[in-house]
Amino acid sequence: MWKWSYAADIAPELLRAFLMTIGAALSGFALAAVIGLIMAILVRSGLAPVRWATRGIVEFIRSTPLLVQLFFLYYSLPMLTSWSMSAYATGVIGLGLHYGTYLSEVYRSGIEAVPKGQWEAARALNLSRSKTWLRVILPQAIPPIIPMMGNYLIVIVKETPTLSAITLVEVLLTAKNTASVTYRVFEPYTIAGLLFLLASLVLSLGVTLLDRRLRRSTAG
Amino acid sequence: MSCAAVNMNLPWSEWLPILARGAGVTLQVTVLSAILALFMSLMAGLGAGSRIAAVRVLSQVYIQVFRAVSLLVLLFWVYFALPFAGLELSKLASAVLAIGLNIGAYGAEIVRSSVAAIPKGQIEATIALNLSYRQRLWRIVVPQAVARMLPPLGNLMIELLKSTSLIYFITLADLTYEAMILRNNYYTWTPAIFGLLLIVYFLFSSCIALAFRMMERKFTAWR
Repeated sequence: MWKWSYAADIAPELLRAFLMTIGAALSGFALAAVIGLIMAILVRSGLAPVRWATRGIVEFIRSTPLLVQLFFLYYSLPMLTSWSMSAYATGVIGLGLHYGTYLSEVYRSGIEAVPKGQWEAARALNLSRSKTWLRVILPQAIPPIIPMMGNYLIVIVKETPTLSAITLVEVLLTAKNTASVTYRVFEPYTIAGLLFLLASLVLSLGVTLLDRRLRRSTAG
Repeated sequence: MSCAAVNMNLPWSEWLPILARGAGVTLQVTVLSAILALFMSLMAGLGAGSRIAAVRVLSQVYIQVFRAVSLLVLLFWVYFALPFAGLELSKLASAVLAIGLNIGAYGAEIVRSSVAAIPKGQIEATIALNLSYRQRLWRIVVPQAVARMLPPLGNLMIELLKSTSLIYFITLADLTYEAMILRNNYYTWTPAIFGLLLIVYFLFSSCIALAFRMMERKFTAWR
């Protein structure tokens, strides 16, 4: 069932594909961090229609599968707009949009934890809206939520194989291609599974350590 | 919406039966996986706080491992690799097993933390009042734990519904799979097909959210 020599043969290629997967996940996470922040700020906009529209979009994206969103972006957008993107770019944008809605909730919890007096003080000092956000609110809202954001990085890493549906050759598709050449299925899929298991266990250990460190620095 | 659709002359009569068939499979997988996931959530979630060391360790290992796996890779492994280890499962069984075990690990964490969040004073008060074990469990622990559990469990069930779209990869004919078939036959309608697909998933998610909000109201009436 398990042949070590075969496993050793295919491991380098799977590892290479895995690094690409991690790259896509990190890009998706970075984009999600930006989109999430924009959504979190728009949800607190002074204009009611902007608030409603943002809340509606967040709700819709959160309630539908990433896979279908990827199909929509990859296969429909070029037909609607005559503007097409590579599978990699589509995947990163899909991950960014989907998890941006989750991160917007994380930002929201951080922003709501900032005492009201800080907003009032910023107003009393006549700070502009952008200065209030950039100099007063966000520097206090973001550090405590970094571990929570780290948890979503782990989720994104685990979701990246979905990108194989839009022909991105990441680990899972590499494993599938390997299996279809050699007709040996067990090793490639097992290695792919172990790579993700290892990555998420290492990352969650990192998040735990980071969390402990942040707690100590805010407590002390 | 139907008005705009008629104007666009969508071939509804040909689409609806196909999409309805796919929706049936999606709902079937959702319900079966949800049953397995809730069962695993309760077993592992309560087991993680058990006094018996073996039960505790086993529950914690299950939670850690199945939260750390990538669901799609797990699905591939169960469906394509397990037969080589001598265990051949149908598409449906593979899907339910992979999704149920994965979501169950997240659910177990919800159950565990909800039970752990009950203030110690509540348990001490039941002892002081000389309540029996059964009274303590059903009158004090369960109502408070359930009230805490429902909102995160509702979100988790929406995650479960969304994750059923992944069974498209093992060619189980769910909603997503049928939509892809439709797309092959009505290529120029691609944007409408995927748009419709997104709306259907959104409606299903909304139903789950609504159901959990109603349950929440019912189970928090004592507050």
